[in-house]
Amino acid sequence: MSGPSDSHDHDHHHGHEHGHDHHHDHLHPYDPEHHHPHRDDLDDTMTYYKVMESAVRELLIEKGLITAEQVRHQIERMDARTPANGARIVARAWTDPAFKKRLIESPKQAIAEIGHDIGPMHLIVLENTPKVHNVVVCTLCSCYPRWILGLPPDWYKSRAYRSRVVREPRTVLREFGTEIAGDREVRVHDSTADMRYFVLPMRPEGTEGMSEDALAALVGRDAMIGVVEAGAGGMDRAAAE
Amino acid sequence: MARFSVGDRVRVRAVFPPTPPTHVRTPYYIRGHAGVIERICGAFGNPEELAFGRRYGPKSTLYRVRFRQADIWPDYEGAADDHIEIEIYEFWLEPNERENAA
Repeated sequence: MSGPSDSHDHDHHHGHEHGHDHHHDHLHPYDPEHHHPHRDDLDDTMTYYKVMESAVRELLIEKGLITAEQVRHQIERMDARTPANGARIVARAWTDPAFKKRLIESPKQAIAEIGHDIGPMHLIVLENTPKVHNVVVCTLCSCYPRWILGLPPDWYKSRAYRSRVVREPRTVLREFGTEIAGDREVRVHDSTADMRYFVLPMRPEGTEGMSEDALAALVGRDAMIGVVEAGAGGMDRAAAE
Repeated sequence: MARFSVGDRVRVRAVFPPTPPTHVRTPYYIRGHAGVIERICGAFGNPEELAFGRRYGPKSTLYRVRFRQADIWPDYEGAADDHIEIEIYEFWLEPNERENAA
């Protein structure tokens, strides 16, 4: 969405553009030929939809239908949702078979038990088993169980992931470091409409006797999308990097 | 009332609406393919109408349909038992007469 809207570029806050107190320097080694290590700001283009969002939001506030504080609060709530919520759900399911059964049969109620409201989301929980490995994609856009996991990673929204994981899922999984045995079904779920999907990964071997908290630490976002198994690429590894 | 039941063999209509202005939630790659009803998700507003602000039309039953990957991609390199499951609205589905007669 660039083009005509580019002309809006300089209407906006560029106060930081020439400052060097930011993280730019970490992106490129310092190069004396180019005194200005640079990565484009994400907010440097007012696209059609950004303009529309601002206009509608400002109108709603001006008419007294919502307040700026409510908008800010919703953004804060969205940002507070993280994969850690999902990891807790998975760890509970691993340690409590009755909870797991409820989670699969009626996810909204089961998740409410541990204090999360999944809002209007229609959730389907996909259980990985020794016979089936599940992986989730939205080929049409970027549908994702945001009410539990927060915002999706950028790669989930990329055309490469969206177009390839339906067509060559095993190759894509291999690129994530995940090798699925030939006699285990790979089941791709294309989230095209009103349902949202959440993968319940298999509990890793050798985790008997671990606490729910310790188990939750083995479950990363990518395991709940289904591109890795739990314990691989989990939050433990992310934390170590 | 749902027209199809779990386990029914269905085929996605091979319709390719001109674009734009249309809004279609049935991915191109699945149109014309045969699958099996995996579950009934319920009745939902028709996104092809909602996209244009028409909010009061009849709801459509939404299904999850299960397809064999090998049927969709002739050069599929995964296992024979690999599948893909997709949500499809009822008006995009027709009975798979050929398969059901067999």
